[in-house]
Amino acid sequence: MNLNKERMSARTVSHLKKGEKGIIKSFTDRAMSLKLLEMGCLPGCEVRLDAIAPFGDPICINVGGHYSLSLRLNEAAVIELE
Amino acid sequence: MKQGNIKVALVGNPNAGKSTLFNALTGMRQKTGNFPGVTVEKKSGTFRIAAANGHDDAHVTLVDLPGTYSIYPKSKDETVVMDILANPQHPDFPDVVVIVADASNLQRNLLLFTEINDLGIPSVLALNMLDVAESMNLTVNAVQLAMQLNVPVVRINARTGEGMKGLKEAVKQVVERTEKPALQYFYQPKDNEIGLINEVKEIHHLDNDYVALQYVCQHDNFSFLEQPVRARLDALIEKYGFDENNFLANETIARYEKIKPIVSKAVKSEGATEQPYWTRKLDSILLHRVWGYVTFALVLLVVFQAIFAWASYPMDMIDAGTAAAIEWVKGALPAGVLNDLITDGIMAGIGGIIIFIPQIAILFALVAILEESGYMARVMVIMDKLMRRFGLNGRSVVPLISGVACAVPAIMTTRSISSRYERLLTILVTPLMSCSARLPIYAILIAVVVPESKVLGIFNVQGLVLFGLYLLGLLGALGSAWLLSLFIPRKEPSYFMLEMPSYKLPRWGHVGFTMYESVKSFVLEAGKVIMAISIILWVLASYGPGDSMNVAEQQVVTSMHTAPQEEIDAAVASARLESSYAGQFGRFIEPVIRPIGYDWKIGIALLASFAAREVFVGTMATIYSISGDSEDVLTVKQRLIQEKNPETGGLMFTPAVCYSLLIFYVFAMMCMSTIAVVYRETHGWKWPLIQLAYLSTLAYVSAFVVYQVLS
Repeated sequence: MNLNKERMSARTVSHLKKGEKGIIKSFTDRAMSLKLLEMGCLPGCEVRLDAIAPFGDPICINVGGHYSLSLRLNEAAVIELE
Repeated sequence: MKQGNIKVALVGNPNAGKSTLFNALTGMRQKTGNFPGVTVEKKSGTFRIAAANGHDDAHVTLVDLPGTYSIYPKSKDETVVMDILANPQHPDFPDVVVIVADASNLQRNLLLFTEINDLGIPSVLALNMLDVAESMNLTVNAVQLAMQLNVPVVRINARTGEGMKGLKEAVKQVVERTEKPALQYFYQPKDNEIGLINEVKEIHHLDNDYVALQYVCQHDNFSFLEQPVRARLDALIEKYGFDENNFLANETIARYEKIKPIVSKAVKSEGATEQPYWTRKLDSILLHRVWGYVTFALVLLVVFQAIFAWASYPMDMIDAGTAAAIEWVKGALPAGVLNDLITDGIMAGIGGIIIFIPQIAILFALVAILEESGYMARVMVIMDKLMRRFGLNGRSVVPLISGVACAVPAIMTTRSISSRYERLLTILVTPLMSCSARLPIYAILIAVVVPESKVLGIFNVQGLVLFGLYLLGLLGALGSAWLLSLFIPRKEPSYFMLEMPSYKLPRWGHVGFTMYESVKSFVLEAGKVIMAISIILWVLASYGPGDSMNVAEQQVVTSMHTAPQEEIDAAVASARLESSYAGQFGRFIEPVIRPIGYDWKIGIALLASFAAREVFVGTMATIYSISGDSEDVLTVKQRLIQEKNPETGGLMFTPAVCYSLLIFYVFAMMCMSTIAVVYRETHGWKWPLIQLAYLSTLAYVSAFVVYQVLS
C-alpha cells in the first residue's frame, strides 16, 4: 500500500539523495513556483543535491551548475523531477 | 542632452556584486555583504564623468536599490525598487538604470534586466564576475550580448575596479543620446491582457504597456497611489477577470524563452560548469551535522570573547580618559551651577556613550566579516529548522546575533525576512537578547553580589553568571517567540529559499567602514538621547519644588553638627536629592517597586534608564552622591556594597535585590530607541505598545519571583 502510494506520487527534489541529480519537470505550487522560477529553477534544468543541514532540513541544491540554492524540504517537494 | 545632475539607479540580483560596484563608483564606502538584506536602506553617492575638452564634467547621483531577483517584490525592502521605477515623479527616479549581472549565472540575472528594459527606462548592463564565470569554464561575449539585447554592455570587475571608466562612458552616452531608440518589449502582452492594459494606460496617462501591468499587479505596494485609485484598479482587475498568479508565472516563463537563445549564443561553455572547489569543500564542513554546529559555537565564542575580553582594554582607557577630562574641566571652570551641569550632566553623559564604542565597533566588524565571507548564509541554513520550531525563520539568526550589540540596527536587519509574520515575531523578541547597554548594569551588580572565585579551578564564577544572563535572554527570546506564535495568527506561508553565495575573502576596507558607520550612528543617535536624559536628570536631581531642598539641607546640618564634615556633606547631598523633583518622583513610584525589592533611589535610576539602559549606572552614581566620574565602576560598586537599608539597618544591595535587578534588566524593554524603531518598522503604535507591556510584565513578574524566593 505504502509502496503503491510512493510509486504514484511523482519524484521530487525532496526525494534526492546526497550527490544525486535530477531534471526539473514541473511545479505543484503556483506561488512557490514563481519564486523558484525567478531564482533560475526552470523546467529542463538539472539540479543536484549537494548538502543536507543537520536534522535533515533545509537542503542545498546546485542549480544547473551555476549556483547553490538552499530550500526547505516542503519547498523542495514542490519541484517535480522527470 | 540632459544638463546638470544625472540620476543613476543601481539594480541587480543579490550577490551579483551590486554594493561592491556602488563602492567602486562612488568611493563612498558602505556595508556590503553576501546575503540578501544588507542593502536594506537606501544608499546614495555621487561621482563625476570627465567631459571632453571645453565642457563641464557630468555630476552623477547614484542610488543603490535593494538586491532583487525580479521587479516583483518578495520582501519589504524589495518593494522600494518598483516604488521608484514606476513613478517618474519620484525624486530618485533615474535617468539611467545600471543593471549589474553575475556573468557566471547569466540566464537568471537577465530576467531582471528584461523586466527593467520593458519598463522603458534607459539602461546599461554591467557584466560582473567574469573571473568567476571563467573559473567555471564559461566565456561571455559582451558584444554579441549587446547586439541581441539592444543595450550597452560593459565588462567590469567590481572588486578590482576594472571597467569603471567604460561604465561611466556608457552611462554618459545613454544620457546624451538625442533620440530614444524604440522600445523592444521582451514580454508581449497576451490578447486577453490588452483590454485591461489599455484602460489602465488611459486612466493613469501611461505610455508603456508593462508599466500599466505593474499598476495592475503591484498597486498595493505603490506609495504614490491613493486608496481610491487602488480600489479602482482592483475593480478593473475584477472586470477583466485578470488572474495575477497565472500571469506572473506565464510572464516569467515567456521571458526565459526569450533569454535562453540569447544566452546560448553569447555564452560559450567548455566542459561542465561547476561551482568553485573551495565553496563545495567548505560547505561539506560548515553544513555538516556535527562540524557545522561546532564551527558555529566556536565563532560565537570568539565573538563573545572579543566583545567582553578584548574590548575591555580600550574601554578602560576611555574610562580613565573621561574621568581625567571631567576632573580637569571641573578645576578649570569656576565652581557653580554651570560647572556642575557641564561636568556632572553633559560630560558624564558623553562618557557614558563613548565607553561603548569599542564593543559596538568590534561586534559590527565581526558581523560584517561573517556576512562578507558568505558564512552568515550557512548559519541561517543550519539554524532554520531550530528557529522554525519557535515560529521564526533561519534568517532570524542575524537580528538575534546583532541584538547582542544593539536592538536598533538588529531590528532594521529583519527587513530581509520575507514573511511578515516571521518578521514581526523576530522584531518582538529581538530586544530580549542582552544588548551591550545591559553589560555595564550586569557588570556592576555581578561585582557587588557574586564572589570572585573559581569553580573547577578554571571557570570564573562571575563570568559564568554573566554567561547565564545572556543565555537567559536567548531562552527568553525563543520562548517568547513560541508563546507569541500561539496568539498571533499566521496569514501567509513561510519561505526559506536562500541563495548560497560562494565564499569570499572579506574586503577589509569595507569592514573598517562598516565599523566606522555603525559607531558614528550609535554615537549620534543613542548619544542624543543619553545626553538629553543626563541633562534632564541632572536638573531634576538638582532642583526641588519651592524651598524644599534647602529646608532638607538645614535639617541635616542642624541634626548632624557634631559629625565629621565628610559625613555631613554626604548626608546633605542625600537629603537634597530626596527632596528634589527626581527624589519625589522616586518616592511616588516606590509602592510599585517595593514588592520586587527596590527603594526610591533605585526607582529613580530605573525610570531614568527607560530612556536608555546604560543610563542606569550613571544615575546610580549620581544618586548615591559620588563625586567625580560616574562611570567609575569601582567606586560605584563600593558605594553600593556599603549602602545600608534605612529600615532594616542591614545591607541595601542584598543578593535578593541584586538578582532581582539583574533579572529585571534581562527582560525589561528599557530603551526608547528600540520602541521608536519598532514603531517605525511596524508602522504604528500597536506592536511597540504590546511589546512594551509584554516585556514589562515579564520583567516585573520574574523579578518579583526572584526577590520573594531569595529574601
